[in-house]
Amino acid sequence: MEVTTAGRSRGAAIAEVVAFPGRMMRRRSHTRAQALAETTFHGTALTCAVLVLVSMTAIFVELVRNSRLSLAKFGWGFLTSAAWNPVTSDFGAASSIFGTLVSTAIALLIAVPLSLAIALFLVEMAHPRIARPVGSAIELLAAIPSIIYGMWGLFVLAPYMADHVQPLLQKFFGKLPLFAGPPMGIGMLSAGLVLALMVLPFITAVVRDIFALVPSVMKEAGYGMGATTWEVTRKVTLRHGMRGVLGGVFLGLGRAIGETMAVTFVIGNDHRIAASLFASGNTISSTLANEFTEASQPLYLSALVELGLILFVITFLIQIAAQLWLKHISHRLGTDK
Amino acid sequence: MRRRPSWPRKLSDVIVKVLAALSALFGLVFLAWILYVVLRHGASALSWKFLTTLPSPPGVGGGGLANAIIGTAAMTLLACVMGVPVGLMAGVYLAEFGRGNRFATLVRFLVNVMMGIPSIIVGLFVYTIMVRPVGHFSGWAGAVSLALLIMPVVARTTEDMLTLVPNSLRESALALGVPHWRSTVQIMFRAAKAGLLTGVLLAVARVSGETAPLLFTALDSPYWPHSLNGPTGNLTVTIFNYAMSPYPNWQQAAWGASFLITAGVLALTIVSRALAREKK
Amino acid sequence: MNSSSAPQSPPAGQLLVKTSVAPHAAPAPSKTKISVRGLDFFYGDHQALYDNNLEIPAGTVTAIIGPSGCGKSTHIRVFNRIYQLYRDQRASGEVRLDGQNILAPGVDLIELRRRVGMIFQKPTPFPLSVYENLAYGIRLHYKVNRSELDGRVEQALRAAALWDEVKDKLHRSGTALSGGQQQRLCIARAIAVEPEVLLMDEPTSAIDPVATARIEELVNELKQQYTIVIVTHNMQQATRISEFTAFFFEGRIIEFGPTIQLFTNPKERKTEEYITGRFG
Repeated sequence: MEVTTAGRSRGAAIAEVVAFPGRMMRRRSHTRAQALAETTFHGTALTCAVLVLVSMTAIFVELVRNSRLSLAKFGWGFLTSAAWNPVTSDFGAASSIFGTLVSTAIALLIAVPLSLAIALFLVEMAHPRIARPVGSAIELLAAIPSIIYGMWGLFVLAPYMADHVQPLLQKFFGKLPLFAGPPMGIGMLSAGLVLALMVLPFITAVVRDIFALVPSVMKEAGYGMGATTWEVTRKVTLRHGMRGVLGGVFLGLGRAIGETMAVTFVIGNDHRIAASLFASGNTISSTLANEFTEASQPLYLSALVELGLILFVITFLIQIAAQLWLKHISHRLGTDK
Repeated sequence: MRRRPSWPRKLSDVIVKVLAALSALFGLVFLAWILYVVLRHGASALSWKFLTTLPSPPGVGGGGLANAIIGTAAMTLLACVMGVPVGLMAGVYLAEFGRGNRFATLVRFLVNVMMGIPSIIVGLFVYTIMVRPVGHFSGWAGAVSLALLIMPVVARTTEDMLTLVPNSLRESALALGVPHWRSTVQIMFRAAKAGLLTGVLLAVARVSGETAPLLFTALDSPYWPHSLNGPTGNLTVTIFNYAMSPYPNWQQAAWGASFLITAGVLALTIVSRALAREKK
Repeated sequence: MNSSSAPQSPPAGQLLVKTSVAPHAAPAPSKTKISVRGLDFFYGDHQALYDNNLEIPAGTVTAIIGPSGCGKSTHIRVFNRIYQLYRDQRASGEVRLDGQNILAPGVDLIELRRRVGMIFQKPTPFPLSVYENLAYGIRLHYKVNRSELDGRVEQALRAAALWDEVKDKLHRSGTALSGGQQQRLCIARAIAVEPEVLLMDEPTSAIDPVATARIEELVNELKQQYTIVIVTHNMQQATRISEFTAFFFEGRIIEFGPTIQLFTNPKERKTEEYITGRFG
């Protein structure tokens, strides 16, 4: 084979590359130092991973330890007792649990359909030039700290609700116990609304990803048959992604249940169980935030810690359910790692 | 066969489209409303004095929140110093050593769970281990609680970003005779740089706005944070206390603090988003 | 004359595979660089290589051909033990580099990987500058001062036929080069650390034809100093650049011999069927 001029000089270059260092460069010896570095690296990484395990366990253990007094005194009855009297030292979690569940339910009832609609808008309807900024803006809602929501809720939303929305609702639905009571602005409904705004961007993000993941060929097949956008969404997109949507709901659920500051400002902090949406109430986290600094007696403190334990357990179970669900659907979608 | 009339279908389609657009508008309106309110009330509270003086007693005007600003900054920084490296290395473990390993699966699961634990519980936990035993609140405890919130977020994003780096690059480094630890720290980290930074910035943005954990650990204080060994002033708990109080000057200060926190958090978020998009 | 279905053996000397370049004359037998005995390979429970036996002569280019999934890449990945990155992959048997069994425990992997370099299908420049891409590996294995380093980097780039194109851009990122340039960068990176063997896993399948031709030309020159083993699914490429060829099928080595002989007068029927395009 003909060797070109360039080839000959390159051949020479290669020969130089091989010969050159032998004369000049000294080799490093590395074995022992390298082995040590490698082990240290592995060890550090492993330790940090173990720290995760240790922290989670420690949280649980400490919560249990510090609620011993309350656990001993009230037992399982703590979960069902609606009492909350620091004077007589009678405490019960029922009103807090009730408030947590109701405010979360209201939040999800509002946020989930809204998220679906927004995701639909962003994925199917909007021109990409609009979808990007609008999507980013919705995501910014998630970045706003919860205490800001609380400020806005207390100083702006609550008066607005008291002056305009609640009287309106009472005018039409006042007969129902759901809308009974004085329209103070703060209360379950307002808390639920603020929570809804807080979880909206999270659920939207998840649903949006789900909708975007639906293979376009399926959607095109639908459109090609002359289906309208809504029909394609209902029959193709939603059906395909429904399971994933549930994952988003779990995410929103987890966030809403543990949310503290936003709720504390607008829920009224009243230990009672009432049927009206306008009534004030409390959630586990709002009770903790509000009463913690006042809890002087050990039993009071212990009861508060037990509330925290209950919240921890609820959140943990929701997380487990969410993780298992996600794993289940990713098997079916074939997107598991 | 009789044809179905198409107008009901078209009508429902239009209705749904309108509702969808309205929903998006709804979200935007609330975002704008909140931001506007914070801007309006907060901007009027801001002044050079606000940023540099200590809080004044209730009912007396003219105070500032300088100590709270420093406190928040200090605790957030400390939390990063503690939480980011641990989270980073845990993420490295999951990505580099934890493929198909039972323990790694457990840790991965727990990281996800930990991200979902309410911050108030974390605060309560740190209270029981760091505040109660010594009998007083401290900035250190505050920083630890924030670090515990940062750690899982950074671990998750680190693992995700490292796994995104193509295997061929990882193998390429090893094939050259690069030791595993160097290949991770010097090559893979570089390749995933933007994503890792985004993760850290987002985690910082999240914790700097946190109130609940600090309620149980650092509490609040109207004094300069000479040491972190006692209650330490910070913006978020200040907002909580001042907003619920009946004093207008304190409520005004709460808005000022809200503005500062919002501006800081949003700036961090936008910067990290821009970083993420730039790498793409 | 009846039309028989059995393939007729072509006249001696006529290539069964069309190529525009006359193939190399059968080289003189040289000493063995890599000797493979009884190599089995497993992905978990699934066996991918069955009793491979091979003698790779030193200072030559050996091509490895075969249909997709037949074990070509798997086989060469044993030579630098890169498969060890993955827990469930294992090899058994003997692979001797200059007489020393590299599958034995206690082998210095870092040294092995310096001596046996690897170029991947997808070009894998490190996220560093062009200069640093080369300097990184050199500094790892050698103690050099700055001028030695500069000199070595330049030599390696010249040898890889890349110097003229990048000499003004040494500090630009390696990822900013074109595909063909990136691949030559990877070659330069590999030869900068004085390897003895170069493994190439389909190095040109992700590169455009013009760049491919340049890399083939480079391989032809490199073989004077290194032993090269190149996996390729392109039979014309094999005839253009290799002196020996091994044909793999379903994890077994069906035939091995001088390229010119394998392509004009294959001994095995499977080989003939493959190179005449009956399958794969």
